[in-house]
Amino acid sequence: MNAPKLSTRQMAEFAARGFLRFDAVVPEHINKQFLEDIGAVSTSNDNLAGHYRSIMDSGSVPTVDPGTPLDEAYPKTSAIANLIEVPQIKGAIQSLVGSNPAVDHHFLHVTFPPRFYTATSKQPQAQPTHQDSTIDPRQAFDVQLFYFPHDITPAMGGTRFIPGSQFRLVSEAALARYQNIRGQQHVVCRAGTVLLFHMGLWHGGGLNESDALRYLFKIRLCPRQKQENLWDRHRDPLSEQSRPIFWTKNAASPDHLATILTTPEPWFEADTQRLEFIRRIHFWRYISGDETFDADYWLTRIENEYS
Amino acid sequence: MADQHDWRQQVLVLYLETSALDSKVVGWSQYDGTKQHLHMAGDSSEPPYQSGLDALYAGWRLFQSSPLLPHQSGNEFNTSYLKYEFFFEKWGAPSE
Repeated sequence: MNAPKLSTRQMAEFAARGFLRFDAVVPEHINKQFLEDIGAVSTSNDNLAGHYRSIMDSGSVPTVDPGTPLDEAYPKTSAIANLIEVPQIKGAIQSLVGSNPAVDHHFLHVTFPPRFYTATSKQPQAQPTHQDSTIDPRQAFDVQLFYFPHDITPAMGGTRFIPGSQFRLVSEAALARYQNIRGQQHVVCRAGTVLLFHMGLWHGGGLNESDALRYLFKIRLCPRQKQENLWDRHRDPLSEQSRPIFWTKNAASPDHLATILTTPEPWFEADTQRLEFIRRIHFWRYISGDETFDADYWLTRIENEYS
Repeated sequence: MADQHDWRQQVLVLYLETSALDSKVVGWSQYDGTKQHLHMAGDSSEPPYQSGLDALYAGWRLFQSSPLLPHQSGNEFNTSYLKYEFFFEKWGAPSE
């Protein structure tokens, strides 16, 4: 089946905000298969550890050695193999990390409702905001696939994330002090929704205040090739022409690449938003292979030196 | 009401748009030693105050703010943690 590569606009959105969202992209029969395979329940009376143990014992989510090529990681007819073969998902993965990336790890996150905590004397808490793995200053990037196999209501505390945070060099949970950030999003979605995160995107699990268990399956994928010109540049192309800056009577065109790369997030500091634009431009140079690319003169200005 | 000697600290952390205390809040956290409220990640979509100055108007006392540091050579264009962090406190009676 044809797997449509990402468009230039989608790549620009990914460069600027660090994520792409595909609502209800996974067909219902795969969602159903996934939930049945893991023995999902919504109102189990079991305890936290017991529920995880029963899923692990079922073997429906296999153990996978890090570095395993994605094509070889999952049994061919399994729900997870079917999930990554969904054309829009396959095309997006290929556009970001290449045709056969490596699986770094995966994890089935189960978020339990408050009643599971009554026997533990622990207070249910949202997971603090963090960046996965560790300090990672590479230009190359991994992606994290977040798959929500059932509807996520607001009360279920779907994954919280901070758009535009992907280029901040921080050390994992060091930012746990930040409880709320302007512009943060909480995933509320229909079954079969997939989000693809740049590895650096700040995120955390929400507090599940519903009566049902919440399931999230996450896979981290690493490129095994240079991530250059992997998307469909002819799909939804954007203007890259130089344009006047600051003193201009024209509103910024939504069809210009520079507009997307220089749109700030509401939490950016006044000065660091310009540094974020610069990070995005460097990212675009990396994925396009065009070392002369610039948006609104941000890099040309500071590279203008003569020997 | 508990004696003032038994009062507990309430901490408000505001992250601002610039180093100026009257600039816009872009992030916020609260820790309540009185146990009246348990705050946690993602628990509100709007900040309790629009600026650091608004927090002063509401009676919060500033006790720490981020210094302005020169940029390290070779690291000038990296972004990292939220840059303009301000710690405030109040004191209040513990929850019964």
